[in-house]
Amino acid sequence: MTRLRTILLPPALAIVFAALLCAVALLISGDSPITALRVMIGQIGEGTTAIDIVNSGAIYYLAALAVAIGFQMKLFNIGVEGQFRLAACAAAIVGGALVLPPVLHTIVIIVVAALVGALWAGIAAVLKAYRGVSEVISTIMLNFIATGLIAFLIRPDSFGVLQGNNISTNPIEPSGQFPGIPFGSSGTLFGMVFLAAALGLGYWFLLNHTRFGFELKASGESPTAATAGGVNARRMVIIALVLSGAVAGLVGLPELLGRDVAYTLTSPQGYGFTGIAVALLGRNHPFGIALGALLWAFLDKSALALDNVGVPREIVLIMQGSVVLSVVVAYEIVRRYELAAEQRRVAAQLREPAPAPVEVSS
Amino acid sequence: MTTTSTPLVAPPAAGQTRRGLPRWIVAAGIVAVGIGVLTLTTTLTGQVQLTSRGTTQAAVLLLLPILLAGLGGLWSERSGIINIGLEGMMILGTWGAAWAGYQWGPWAAVIGGTIFGALGGLLHAIATVTFNVNHIVSGVAITLLGMGVTKYLSTLLFFPVSHNPRQSPHVEGFQTFSVQPLADWLAQLESQQRVLLSDIAGILGGLVSGLTPLVIVAFALVPISYFVLWRTRFGLRLRSCGENPVAAESLGVNVFRYKYAAVIISGGLAGLGGAALTLNPGQLGYLEGQTGGRGYIGLAAMIFGNWRPGGLLAGSALFGYVDGVQLRAGGEAVHALLYGTSILALIIAVLWVARRRWMPALFALGAGAVVYGVYMVIPEVPREFASYAPQLVTLLVLAVASQRLRPPAAIGVEYRRGEGD
Repeated sequence: MTRLRTILLPPALAIVFAALLCAVALLISGDSPITALRVMIGQIGEGTTAIDIVNSGAIYYLAALAVAIGFQMKLFNIGVEGQFRLAACAAAIVGGALVLPPVLHTIVIIVVAALVGALWAGIAAVLKAYRGVSEVISTIMLNFIATGLIAFLIRPDSFGVLQGNNISTNPIEPSGQFPGIPFGSSGTLFGMVFLAAALGLGYWFLLNHTRFGFELKASGESPTAATAGGVNARRMVIIALVLSGAVAGLVGLPELLGRDVAYTLTSPQGYGFTGIAVALLGRNHPFGIALGALLWAFLDKSALALDNVGVPREIVLIMQGSVVLSVVVAYEIVRRYELAAEQRRVAAQLREPAPAPVEVSS
Repeated sequence: MTTTSTPLVAPPAAGQTRRGLPRWIVAAGIVAVGIGVLTLTTTLTGQVQLTSRGTTQAAVLLLLPILLAGLGGLWSERSGIINIGLEGMMILGTWGAAWAGYQWGPWAAVIGGTIFGALGGLLHAIATVTFNVNHIVSGVAITLLGMGVTKYLSTLLFFPVSHNPRQSPHVEGFQTFSVQPLADWLAQLESQQRVLLSDIAGILGGLVSGLTPLVIVAFALVPISYFVLWRTRFGLRLRSCGENPVAAESLGVNVFRYKYAAVIISGGLAGLGGAALTLNPGQLGYLEGQTGGRGYIGLAAMIFGNWRPGGLLAGSALFGYVDGVQLRAGGEAVHALLYGTSILALIIAVLWVARRRWMPALFALGAGAVVYGVYMVIPEVPREFASYAPQLVTLLVLAVASQRLRPPAAIGVEYRRGEGD
C-alpha cells in the first residue's frame, strides 16, 4: 500500500500542480482553462488524433527507453537527440541505396540505425570510461556535431537529392518500409508501435531478470559496492551507453519507415529531449514511461484544437515543462515524507518495553 | 592538488605553465603566441580575413553571449551547483530583453534580460538547493520550461505588435562607438598591408572599434568575477560551498544562502548573455531558437577554461573567433586555420621537448602532422563542419586534457543542512 502510494502520488501531484499553474496562466491572459481542457479532450475523437497520439507516443517511448537505460546507472545520455537523428539519416541513406527482398531490407535498415546510434553514443562512452569526460558535456557536443554531419551527409553532392525547396535522401523502396495498420479515415498506426512495446518488455526483462540488469542497477545505486561485488565499472559504462545509443538509433525509424520514406532537412527534431522528460515522468519504469509518453503525445496532438477556441497552444509547452520540474520535486517531497514516517515508526517500535531487533531499510 | 593548503592559488592550468612564472606573464605569453601564429598563418596562406578588423569585430560580438553564459556557469559551479539550465535561462533572457527593450530602450533590455535569467536561476536554486533535485535533471527541465514560457509569452505579447509569434518587434540596439584616435590609427596601419604589423593592427583594431556599452560591461565582468570570487570574503565562502559544504557549514557559513545567491547570479549572467544576443547589431530582437545552444557552449567554454575566469575568457574567445572567421570568410579561411593549428602543435611539441617530456612532444608532433595532412588533402573545410568547429575543439580538449582539469570538489553533490558530523 505504502509502496503504491510512493509510486503513484508524485506524478499525480505533479500533473495537478502543473495543470493548476497552466490554469492560472490562462486565467491571467483571459482564457478559460475549462474550455481549453474540454476542447483538448474532445479533440481525441476527431480525425486522426487518436492514432497520432499512439504513433507519437511510441516514438517518445523509444526515446525515453534509451534515456532510461542510462539513468539506471546514473548516466545522463543527453545525446539521444544527436544519436537518433544521425542514425535515422544514415539508415535512410543505406535503405535508399539498397535493393533487397522485403523483410530483409527492413531488418538491415533497423540494424544500421541501431549500430549508428550505438556508435555515436560509443564515442561518449569511451571518453567517459577511459578519459573521465563527463558524458553530459560530451553528448551535448556530439549533438551539435551530429547536426553538422547530417547537413554534410544530405548535401546534394554527398548523398542528398534536391526536391523542390528541400533536400532529402533517396526514398526507401516499399520493400524496406515497415507496414502499418490502416484505420481508414482515422489514420494509419505505425507498425513499429509494436516493436516499441516489445522493446519495453525486453527492457523490463533485462532489468529484473538478468544478471546484467542487476549489475546495471547496482552500479547506479552504489558504484563502490558494485565494484566490490566484482562489477567492472568501466565495462558497465560502455555497455550501458552503447545500449542506450542503440535504442536511441531506433527513435527516428517509425516515421522514416512508416510515413516519410526519406530523411530530409526538415525531418523532426527534439525527440531526444522529450525522451529525457518522459523518462523522468515515468521514473524509468517501462510501464510508467508508457503512460508518460502517451500523456506527452496527448498534450502535443490535442493542442492543435486550442487554436480553434483562441487559446495559444503554446500553453501545453508550459504544462510539459512544469510537469517535469514538479514531478522530480514531488518525488523528493514524498520520499522525505516517507523517510520521516519510517523514522517515526521505528522510534515508536523502539519505545515499546520489549525491544525487538528492528531492521531499517532505507 | 589539495585545495586546503592553497585555497587562493589555483593549480597550474593546462599547457605549458611553469610553476615559477606569474600567471599574467603566462597569459600574456599565450596571447602573444596566439597572435603570432595567426599572423604567420595569414602571411603564409594569404587569407587576410583571418586577422582583419571585421573578423575580430564579429568575433567579439559572437563571443559575448558565450562569455556571459560561461561566467554564469562559473558562478554556479563554484558554489557546487551544476547548471545545465544556462541554455534555458539564456532563452528567458532573450525574451525578457526584447520585451523590455522594445518598450524602453537598450538599457531596459539589459535589465530585463538579467531579471528574466535570474528568475530561471531562482527556479534552479529552489529545485536543486531546497529540494535536492538532481542538478542535471533540473537543468534540462528549466531549459524545456524556458522554451515553453517564452513561446507562450511571445504568442501572447509579441504577436499583436509584430504579427509574428516567433519574433519580437524591433528592439533598438546600442549606438556603437570606437576608441578614437586609436581605432583610426590602427585602421590606417592595417590598410598599409605591412607584414605582421598590419595583422596585429587588424586584430587590435577590431577590439577597439564597433564597441557597444554591453561589450565593455561583459569584459569588465571577467575581472570583477575574479575579484569577487577569489579576493573577497564572500567569494571565499561561496567557493567553500562548492569545495566542501559540510566544512563551510561547520565554520558558520550559511551554505543555502550562498548557493542561492550563486545560482541566481548565474541565471542573471546567462540572461544578460541572452540580452547581448537580442541587442547584437544586425538582430531585430527576440527570435525563436535564437540562442542555438550558446548556453551549452558557454558551459563548454567554462570547462575548457578549467573553472577559472581567465581560462573561460580564452575559451569563449576561441569559440567566438572560429565562429567569426566562419561567418565572415567561410570555409576557406577555416581551412587556413588548420594550417595555423599545425603550427601551434609544432610550438607545443618544441615546448615539451624543452622540458624533456618526449611522449607528449611526440604526440603533439603527430597530431600536428595529421592536421597538416588534412590541410593538404582537402581543398576547403565543408561549411557544415566549419560551424561546429568549436564543439569539436571542446570534445578534443576534454579528451586530451580532462585529467588536468580540476572542477570544484563537491560539484553536483547533494547537500542537506546539518548533515555533517
